[in-house]
Amino acid sequence: MSAPGSLLDLRDLAVSFNTEEGLVQAVDGVSIELRAGEVLAVVGESGSGKSVTATTLMGLTRGPNATIAGSATFEGTELISASDEELRAIRGNRLAMIFQDPMSSLDPVYRVVDQIVEQIQAHRDTRSGEARERAIELLDAVGIPDAAKRADSYPHEFSGGMRQRAMIAMALSLEPSLLIADEPTTALDVTVQAQIIDLLRDLNQRRDLSILLITHDIGVVAEIADRVAVMYAGRIVEQGTIDEIFYEPQHPYTWGLLDSLTRIDRPRPKRLSQIPGMPPSLLAPPRGCHFRPRCPHAFDRCTEVPSLLPRVAAAPGHLDRCWLEPARKQELRQAGDRDALEQPR
Amino acid sequence: MSATSEGLLEVRGLVKHFPIKSGLLVSREVDSVKAVDGVDLSLAAGETLGLVGESGSGKSTLCRTVLQLIEPGAGSVRFGGRELVGLRQRELRPLRRDMQMIFQDPYASLNPRRRIGQIVGGPIKLHGLASGAELRRQVEELLERVGLSPEHYDRFPHEFSGGQRQRIGIARAIALKPKLIVADEPVSALDVSIQAQIVNLLDDLQDEFGLTYLFVAHDIGVVRHVSDRIAVMHGGKIVETGTADQVCERPIDPYTKKLLAAVPIPDPRENRARRAGASLA
Repeated sequence: MSAPGSLLDLRDLAVSFNTEEGLVQAVDGVSIELRAGEVLAVVGESGSGKSVTATTLMGLTRGPNATIAGSATFEGTELISASDEELRAIRGNRLAMIFQDPMSSLDPVYRVVDQIVEQIQAHRDTRSGEARERAIELLDAVGIPDAAKRADSYPHEFSGGMRQRAMIAMALSLEPSLLIADEPTTALDVTVQAQIIDLLRDLNQRRDLSILLITHDIGVVAEIADRVAVMYAGRIVEQGTIDEIFYEPQHPYTWGLLDSLTRIDRPRPKRLSQIPGMPPSLLAPPRGCHFRPRCPHAFDRCTEVPSLLPRVAAAPGHLDRCWLEPARKQELRQAGDRDALEQPR
Repeated sequence: MSATSEGLLEVRGLVKHFPIKSGLLVSREVDSVKAVDGVDLSLAAGETLGLVGESGSGKSTLCRTVLQLIEPGAGSVRFGGRELVGLRQRELRPLRRDMQMIFQDPYASLNPRRRIGQIVGGPIKLHGLASGAELRRQVEELLERVGLSPEHYDRFPHEFSGGQRQRIGIARAIALKPKLIVADEPVSALDVSIQAQIVNLLDDLQDEFGLTYLFVAHDIGVVRHVSDRIAVMHGGKIVETGTADQVCERPIDPYTKKLLAAVPIPDPRENRARRAGASLA
């Protein structure tokens, strides 16, 4: 049973694909809960399984060579076993999604307003005039200037940022309770990215829209998320509140991610700290902890898979998958900080 | 010749406009895209100049025009004391040994039907510097230098990850021991943990070979890390130049300020403080 206040509840979600080269375990036992009203960020690098997790919720990974196991309940409905019709009724309606590239998600031959109208009329019995009015209202609400006039534009007449705004307007058209945003700002310039993040934050706070944010960008996470799940090679390796992840990170992979960032608000280090090696192939992931081959602190026990558990006594909601004792982690972390400080540029 | 007082690369008043044509039968020029619109730059030997700007600011056109891959409309590019603008391809070819480029997309910039050895050794062979066993030895050494293995010699690009492909591109760029490397968004297609590896590799190679970098990126954090000086480009023009710390800590131009203010800070507490400050103001 899902806890009260839980909007989306994933339990041991596993997605694998049969490919010519073999079985790819893209998502390997993901359990996480998104509470109503929060922004949950899933952060990870390419191949971590973050996008497959999101698209599976929308039923977009279904196919003859995909095997989906586990459970994902959204507002009490099981999404994994839902029929295509049931999914269609939920998708776009209670559960909406926006993608990285707004140009390829909009139909180039239809006017922007008509695409929103179509979505509204697909789910609601609304007259065209009324649906059009609603669409213009939405475009205005997401910050399209002169929305009544621009609504009749074609997608190619919009800039990248305006297209993403139009996608968000479309996603909001039926007042969903959850928005899945898959790398919503990755294709945008940094100044436009800042505007879209502000818009999403505003929607979260004013309209009580819950957001599942999928991103590779830790900076974006820090700007908007309430809670964070860090994914690596198909598994969540750490999850917690945003402050827990940024200020008390427990997993060596999270340390590596945070340390390899360049920060314009800090003195430059002589050298960027780097995670050695590269992510494992999901065709033949390493035994035990998937991060083990790249981890400078790995020891014997790491050949067994650590469970995702609360390991810090004072923070029951802060989970990680690492066998190191919390006290030992703290020592290692502090030693790492000292090394970094000892060689200023 | 006053080559001693001038830098390795001196760009003056560089212009590249692309015509916008209209008309069905007789097309005429109705307007132009001013991709590079009067740019001055200078790079001293051994330094890294970072060039930042958003998409459409003209960064990539500037790189290609500097290297004479695109013919500039006007202006001058002096490299090692020699004017490049107006030279014929035949005259440019020997000079190209000293100026190489690293591209953004390691998937598109390597010929998928060539083996790694051919890709990396291509420039050496083309300039007639080595052949046969000697060529192979040099290429294997280059592969090792960029963190690959000599056994990769006979493999094809599709067998490598994005980060490894960028290493291949780097090996090819340093194969001729150039003086100048123009790196156009060399890490923006890569994951963060791999980005740091490539940035550190470029740093090491600079120390080892005394390379001069024109490092282009939209990510101001990465640019600040690698650069001695930074030039900010906007609308085909350089709007601000200064040392890396000057530009990032005490920006003067309003566009630079806007760009810096938009960079996400990976520090939630600081962000909350910034937002609280902004809503009070």
